Amino acid sequence: MTTPLQLILDGDTRIVVTRSFAAPPALLFRAHTEPALIRRWMIGPDGWSMPICDCAPRAGGSFRFGWTNGTDTSFDATGEYLEVTPERIVHVERMFLPDRTPDNHVDTRFAPHGNGTRMTLTMTLPTPKARAAIIASGMPDGLEDSYARLETILAKA
Amino acid sequence: MPQLDAAFAALADPTRRAILDRLAVGEATAQDLARPFPISQPAISRHLKVLEDAGLIETRTQGTSRPRRLKPDAVEELWDWLGQYRALWEARYARLDDVLTDLQKADLQKDDSR
Repeated sequence: MTTPLQLILDGDTRIVVTRSFAAPPALLFRAHTEPALIRRWMIGPDGWSMPICDCAPRAGGSFRFGWTNGTDTSFDATGEYLEVTPERIVHVERMFLPDRTPDNHVDTRFAPHGNGTRMTLTMTLPTPKARAAIIASGMPDGLEDSYARLETILAKA
Repeated sequence: MPQLDAAFAALADPTRRAILDRLAVGEATAQDLARPFPISQPAISRHLKVLEDAGLIETRTQGTSRPRRLKPDAVEELWDWLGQYRALWEARYARLDDVLTDLQKADLQKDDSR
């Protein structure tokens, strides 16, 4: 069974996302390591696609992903795999918006859960500010505008 | 000056989230707020300072009493922000569900053709 997604802010610099899937860990692993599968789901809001999806999923391998909304906006991410096993993928990534964002350390774990999988994604940012920025990047179209808007609201509140 | 990063860090602590939940009902003094928690009042005061520095609550002076209250706009905006980020992951994982369903179907067909 799938369960609702849980998103937790942990400490000053971590974001932990947990979700169960109705498929075994081996299929989750494939969906995270085969470009033809990755580009079907690792995309943003509707209308976005992932024309660049190259990866060498092994310890020491690297990846490059590129997204576009088909009209005027696109951005890239690059990263390196630190550990790749059927139960766990650890990598470091950063985005280019176009300025380079701080490195995000991402630990993805696939644990058997009934007939399915419980996946836990732990992102660790180098600073609280970098974590705030990645949360604000949820809407890449208006990242800077929205971030500035929230700073303003918090400042005057 | 209140900062987005400080505000998210303030939200990361369960006691501070519980304090915000309590203040959502109405203003309360540090003594009121300390009562339901198994921690000392100085500890509560430190949490209140973190929340105040993050721009999420404010202190009113009423004679000798100093009740705290939410800054509702700041808190709501922060939750909206987290909600949008969460929605991004929910949308991705809904697509991932579809990918997994297709893979399972393909595996079944492979088994059938043996």
